Amino acid sequence: MLILECPYCGVKAEETELTPGYEAHLKRFGPGSSDTEFEDYMFARKNPKGVHFERWRHVYGCGKWFLAARDTNTLEVFGTYPAQSSAPPADLQDKIKAKRPDWKGYK
Amino acid sequence: MSTRLSKGGRLIDRSAPQEFSFNGKAMRGLQGDSLASALLANDQMLLGRSFKYHRPRGLVAAGPEEPNAIVGLGRDGRFEPNQRVTTTELFDGLEAASQNHWPSLEFDVGVINNTLARFLPGGFYYKTFMWPRAAWKHLFEPIIRRSAGLGKAPTARDADRYEYTYSFCDVLILGGGIAGLQAALVAGASGARVMLLEQAAHWGGRAPVDGDVIEGGPADVWINNAVQTLAGLENVTMKLRTMGAGVYDHGYVLAEEKVADTTPGDGRPKKRLWRIRAKQIVTATGAIERPLSFAGNDIPGVMLAGSLREFVVNYAVSAGDRTVVVTNNDDAYRTAIALVQAGLSVPCIVDARASVTGDLPAKARAMGIRVEAGRAIAKVKGGKRVTGVSLCAQAGQGAVLEEISCDAVAMSGGWSPVVHLWSHCGGKLVWDKTHAHFRPDATRPPTGADGLAMVVPVGNANGMMTAADALVCGAKGGAAAAEAAGFKAEAVAAVADAAPEADMEAVWIMPQGAGPALKAKMWLDYQNDVKVSDVQLAAREGYTSVEHTKRYTTLGMATDQGKLSNINGLAVLADALHEEIPQVGTTTFRPPYAPVTLGALAGESRGDIFQPLRKTPMHAWHEANHAYFEPVGLWRRPYTFPRAGENHEQAVHREVINTRTNLGLLDASTLGKIIVKGPDAGKFLDMLYTGVMSTLPVGKCRYGLMCSEQGFLSDDGVVARIDEDTWLCHTTSGGADRIHAWMEDWLQCEWWDWQVYTANVTEQLAQVAVVGPNARKVLEKLGGMDVSKEALPFMQWADGTLGGFPARVYRISFSGELSYEVAVPASVGLAFWEALHAAGAEFGAMVYGTEALHIMRAEKGFIMIGDETDGTIIPQDLNLGWAISKKKADYLGKRGQERNFLASPDRWKLAGFETLDGSVVQDGAYIPSAGKNANGQGNTQGRVTSTYYSPTLKKGIAMGLIKGGLDRIGDVVEFTTITGGVVKAKVVDPVFYDKDGEKNNV
Repeated sequence: MLILECPYCGVKAEETELTPGYEAHLKRFGPGSSDTEFEDYMFARKNPKGVHFERWRHVYGCGKWFLAARDTNTLEVFGTYPAQSSAPPADLQDKIKAKRPDWKGYK
Repeated sequence: MSTRLSKGGRLIDRSAPQEFSFNGKAMRGLQGDSLASALLANDQMLLGRSFKYHRPRGLVAAGPEEPNAIVGLGRDGRFEPNQRVTTTELFDGLEAASQNHWPSLEFDVGVINNTLARFLPGGFYYKTFMWPRAAWKHLFEPIIRRSAGLGKAPTARDADRYEYTYSFCDVLILGGGIAGLQAALVAGASGARVMLLEQAAHWGGRAPVDGDVIEGGPADVWINNAVQTLAGLENVTMKLRTMGAGVYDHGYVLAEEKVADTTPGDGRPKKRLWRIRAKQIVTATGAIERPLSFAGNDIPGVMLAGSLREFVVNYAVSAGDRTVVVTNNDDAYRTAIALVQAGLSVPCIVDARASVTGDLPAKARAMGIRVEAGRAIAKVKGGKRVTGVSLCAQAGQGAVLEEISCDAVAMSGGWSPVVHLWSHCGGKLVWDKTHAHFRPDATRPPTGADGLAMVVPVGNANGMMTAADALVCGAKGGAAAAEAAGFKAEAVAAVADAAPEADMEAVWIMPQGAGPALKAKMWLDYQNDVKVSDVQLAAREGYTSVEHTKRYTTLGMATDQGKLSNINGLAVLADALHEEIPQVGTTTFRPPYAPVTLGALAGESRGDIFQPLRKTPMHAWHEANHAYFEPVGLWRRPYTFPRAGENHEQAVHREVINTRTNLGLLDASTLGKIIVKGPDAGKFLDMLYTGVMSTLPVGKCRYGLMCSEQGFLSDDGVVARIDEDTWLCHTTSGGADRIHAWMEDWLQCEWWDWQVYTANVTEQLAQVAVVGPNARKVLEKLGGMDVSKEALPFMQWADGTLGGFPARVYRISFSGELSYEVAVPASVGLAFWEALHAAGAEFGAMVYGTEALHIMRAEKGFIMIGDETDGTIIPQDLNLGWAISKKKADYLGKRGQERNFLASPDRWKLAGFETLDGSVVQDGAYIPSAGKNANGQGNTQGRVTSTYYSPTLKKGIAMGLIKGGLDRIGDVVEFTTITGGVVKAKVVDPVFYDKDGEKNNV
């Protein structure tokens, strides 16, 4: 059972306090988008063995959504940050790159 | 025979006899006995039957690895099947019964003789039950069901209670042998918060049994000192009878504590489940001895050498008078020495090693014990009990050199570290050639949230097989764990006298050149009857993966989960595949380490507190008025209120008729109520709903639909505009939390710059639907606000008071009748409800439940989320295009609905149905059509979604989806019935009642 620190209230929350929201940093495609764009948005999800960015909600706590970067294999948590982020914070990306030189970036 | 010795036994109290029974036979044991030692003391070696062949089975081991001696304990509400006698503490009054035999343990008609066993090879189930298909139902399945499973499931309700407890620590040490104690001493001295858990009822593990000497004295002395030192440290918590069951992500550990196993009914919980978060975990879980594979190694009386020694030293119980020891290592000599010291006879030590030179063998020889080097057991003789062994050369094919009579065999194939807890969360293993076992690979540990090692293996569990090494390793591991948790520690270890042991020799089959006849008698998995020949057959048939071989042969799938002999099986498989053991690898180690009682996992969550229930302010009134409740999410809503002499159907029909003719009152408090407020609230709701909510005038209501991004209908409800920047959204009863979370998700994660707040106020308000021709009259009688047609027309709302209660009144209808939904503060909900009933008595007021609600909405053709929708239905399918804005550039689900298959004219659409004979279409019925599909199944053209008997119209009515939808009106179609027949129905408009809305337009 993972422990993730909520970047809003600072609580180190156990997984039972959280609800998962799957992959982070998806771009929404609405009316006017191509079938391929919409298909990717709806269905094409990454399933990496390694660095992954996820959405989590501190549902039995402050109720806020946040994003987490972790290694799905080693369970190392690189960091958490507010959901109101278009991209992972630069220092977090640097940290991941230092620890995982082969990492190809969050996109 | 097995018996109690007159002297010795470090764990028993000879002054405290304990009465117990086995298969109804009265027996006597001693305080401190395990059930296993007590049974042996009563010469009860035969304890069960194997799973497939029903062969007689006796004790093999003394710990949780025991595969054979599995019994049912207790009776009635305290009956527990499949309990290992080796891990069961004896107590006065214990009742045990053997399993898996018929009619009796001594005489089992199911026993498969040698001739028949040839027809039950590895993969038997897969090979036999494939065909003919018809035989499965009538022949195979009944037989398998009768013979499958070991113990019988209890039928009585569990009389015991169980509980959870939570704990946090810096260093959690699993295992209280000398390595665990040493680790605890070091970590405890560092000031770290330490927890030390031991599965057995006593500290110290095997060291006293092995006669280890620590700090110049007997191991017992050092153990007692260590325990006292630790007990004096405030930062150390120690728990006996507590098994670490599983290691999970980020230092999470589950452990099961036996609290009241030996004192049933004393009021304490039977077991306690510990949920622990540890910064660092030390696994000091010891090692398990392996059997040797020789013919007849499953005959009762053949036991692990270390276990046999444990019974003698700890409980003063001998397995037999004459014990032949067979080994490939020095450790088993300790058993021979202990037996002779206890006055028992060891006619021979059979050692597979060609040259035997170690100190322990020298000591044995000096005591006059005969040692035969380079020898093997060709065969064990006996049926329900060992009567003798024949010896042969290990290097040969089994030609008998000599026969020795004996009544017990002590075997040792070496020791395997207990790596389960290390492996649960990703720790990897390395093959240790010297000891022929897998041990933890320190370079590939399980990692925690910081990416660093979170588990430290010590002692035997880390492959440190002598007391001296185990203590040093324990001290180092305890220090490493404390330092990783942020403390300064010093790895000071106690010193043990190290009697050097000569190398063992990996021996997987005995004798080395054994032929098929012998191999078919060499058991690997005792409980599931998997033999060397079965694993070799699997390899020949192409099962090269260890995971496949496990499932094909059932090797390691018994209740010991391969603890005893999985390595032997892997070695045999590797040999058959001509590969090295590490290349074949192990099967996956999964929690729990040993079985955990389901009751402990459930904890207190049973009966009334199985889950939290949500109750409206009027709930107690419903109970007092004999409501029949149905679950709606976590709510319990009244389905109907039956009166004396009525069945549920009659009660529902009465409620419908009364509501349509007089006045019905419904507790609608469970309806979801979410306030959406802010400068961008209108814009936000326009994205959320398919219709336009931003243009809704203040004071008015509008029906709205919400869809998923795929376009599928997700929820519906009436939205009211409260003021310039405030809307109140009603959701379905089951959907309030989900929809509120959905709103928050979009606001926080996608449109975070929009200024909108949401609040789920569902439980702040009690809501009552006042429905029927007399609805206005009762509200006017209560008085306080104008609820006339002019002042409060349909789809508007108003604030005011009713009978002195502050009320918000919505003029909305889900039944087609004149209807008001009145919301009052939850705190006065019950009082308002009772006031309505009192005032309404003269107008025929009567409470109704959810089923009457459902029938009335179906009579009006209103859809219900979850009936007409199932997550694959778009609003257009339900003829709800009118509630979808054509002007809006975007809303959630719009792009999804544009996908070509959703725009197809072939989609099934909503219509009404009336059976020609007035009967009710069955729930779930399909409308078949001609021909068959690619899979040979009959084609369909539609299905029913809601079906009821309408007490208003006095006939069956239904809604359903059919290809062509309303264009099919007038067609006669056939619905299937559950018995294979059909019922004819006409396609009609789904609005069955008051199509022009006159009832509501008053």
